[in-house]
Parts: sequence; C-alpha cells; structure tokens
Amino acid sequence: MARLIRGLLAALLLLPLLAQAAGIEVRQFDDPVTEQRYQDLTASLRCPKCENQAIGDSDSPIAGDMRDRVYAQLKDGRSDKEILDFMVRRFGDYVLYNPRLEGRTLLLWGLPAALVLLGAVVVVVMVRARRRTSARALSAEERDRLDALINRERNE
Amino acid sequence: MKRRLLLLLPLIGFLVLGVFLYMGLSMNPFDRDSALMAREFPAFELTTLEDPERVVDASLLEGEVTLVNVWGEWCPTCKQEMPQLLDLADRGVRLVGVDYKDTREKGREFLAEFGNPFEVNVFDPEGTLGFDLGVYGAPETFLVDADGIIRYHHTGYIKPDDVRETILPEVEKWRD
Repeated sequence: MARLIRGLLAALLLLPLLAQAAGIEVRQFDDPVTEQRYQDLTASLRCPKCENQAIGDSDSPIAGDMRDRVYAQLKDGRSDKEILDFMVRRFGDYVLYNPRLEGRTLLLWGLPAALVLLGAVVVVVMVRARRRTSARALSAEERDRLDALINRERNE
Repeated sequence: MKRRLLLLLPLIGFLVLGVFLYMGLSMNPFDRDSALMAREFPAFELTTLEDPERVVDASLLEGEVTLVNVWGEWCPTCKQEMPQLLDLADRGVRLVGVDYKDTREKGREFLAEFGNPFEVNVFDPEGTLGFDLGVYGAPETFLVDADGIIRYHHTGYIKPDDVRETILPEVEKWRD
C-alpha cells in the first residue's frame, strides 16, 4: 500500500512536465524586465479562437501567431500600449482581458462603483431613519413617565 | 407600504440579471464584428497561388466590389463552402481568394478538385495577410468596396441560404 502511494506521488510530481509538453514554446530574452512584460502581455491578451484562454495558455495556431508578434515587437522595442493597439486593430476589443476605460466602456467600469455608492447611500439613509424613529419613539408624556419610573426605582 | 416595496428591490435586481444571463445563453461568442469594418483593406505584398512570379498588393481590390474569401486546403468547411462561392461567381460577383497557411501544391489540388470561383488567389503561406485581417480560422469572407474599404464580414461557413439572403444584397448595396 505504501509503495502504491509512493508511486502515485511520484507520478504526480511528473504532471508539470506534461503541461510543459502541451506546447508553449520557450523564449529567450535579453533581460528579465522584457521577459516579465512578455509574460504579462501574453496573459492579458485573449485568444480569439478559444474564448476563455489567454494567448499565453493556448495551443491554438492563432494564439501561437499572436505570441510570435508580441515577442517580435518586444524585441523591436515597442511599448506595451503599441503592442495592445496592434492586436486590437486586428482582432477588436475582444482580445483585451482588461477592457480600456473609454466612452463605450464607462458603464462597465462605472457600474460596480456606482452600485457600491448606491449601497452606501441606502445604508446611511436606513441608519438615519432608524435613529430618528427610535429618538421619536418617546413623546413628552412618555418621557415624563419614564423619568418617574426611573426615579421610583432609584428611591427604593 | 413603501418600505415593503423597497424590500422587493433585490428581487427585481435579480430578475434583471437573470434576463441578461438568459440572453447570454443564446448568443454566439464567435458572432462578433470584424475590427476592420469600414477600414481599408490591410496592405500586403504577396505572390499569387497561380503564378509564384506575380506579386500582388491591395490595389488588386480597387475598382470593383470584391468578395475576398480566406480558405485553405486543410479547412474542411471551406470545401462545403465552395458550391456557394461558385454560385456567387456565376451571378457575376468578383471573388478573390486568400490561400491561408497552405502549400502551393495543396492549394492547387484543392481548386482542381472543388472548382475555382476566384479571379485570382493570393498565396499567404505564413498567414501574415490573414493575421492583418484578424482572421483566426477559415473560412472567413470580407466584402471590399471599389475604394478598397471593408464593408461586410462573414465569419465561418456561408450557407446556401446566405448567398441570397445576405451576401448578394450586401454586394448590391455597395455597388452604387
């Protein structure tokens, strides 16, 4: 039994190797900063063919072509924005996992903030209303009666 | 009474969300407009499938409304699409093919077997023109007007019904 478990564990250790074999090529970079930019860009661009995969994770041919372009353009010294613009001009906003903040995406970015704000307003209004009703709960007569009761309690 | 109605707000919000999610279920994620709509056909300089010596560029598409079809021998749907393209060519539509990520040999075999509705085929073995067109599969079809501007885009298979219902009306629309 122990041997079986040990065997299984050893097999599990080999799993990452399988993932490596699934196809993403290894790239050489002159400096770690560019390498990081490559990783970030390929993680933030969405593969147009495979819906919910970044081009950095996808085996599809178009994702490979896009990685080639990202790599070549990084080597050419293009900025991240230039590279993203290049992709959007061809494949549309669809390829951006981080949609840009612009007129058309205002609702997308603004709605969550607006909802949080709305929630805060609702909470404030509710708390205030509750405070007012609890303060208003005692009329002058009632307060007199309450005072009388308290006094009686103290005197006893 | 007013407070009671306020309590319904989360339910209403949930229902609205539900409607949107339900609509999302029936949407086709591949049914999205090309980013190149109303823009110039991308510049290219490639040889033709027919003649390795002949270099063509985007001026090939000027002067007449043209249907540009991206195909490849490796693409099974392209084979099923050929009868529709031949039909369009018979009806007087000018077609230009882009042989995408293919070899010259296979591309020629394909046309010999399934027919050739194209006036000429641009040979794009590396898929560079395809990339600039935002093509991520085949077949894809672009309608280019006489000034070389992309006016209509069809992702995927052109069904027999599409010829009359969408493609021909679009061609007519941009002819004037």
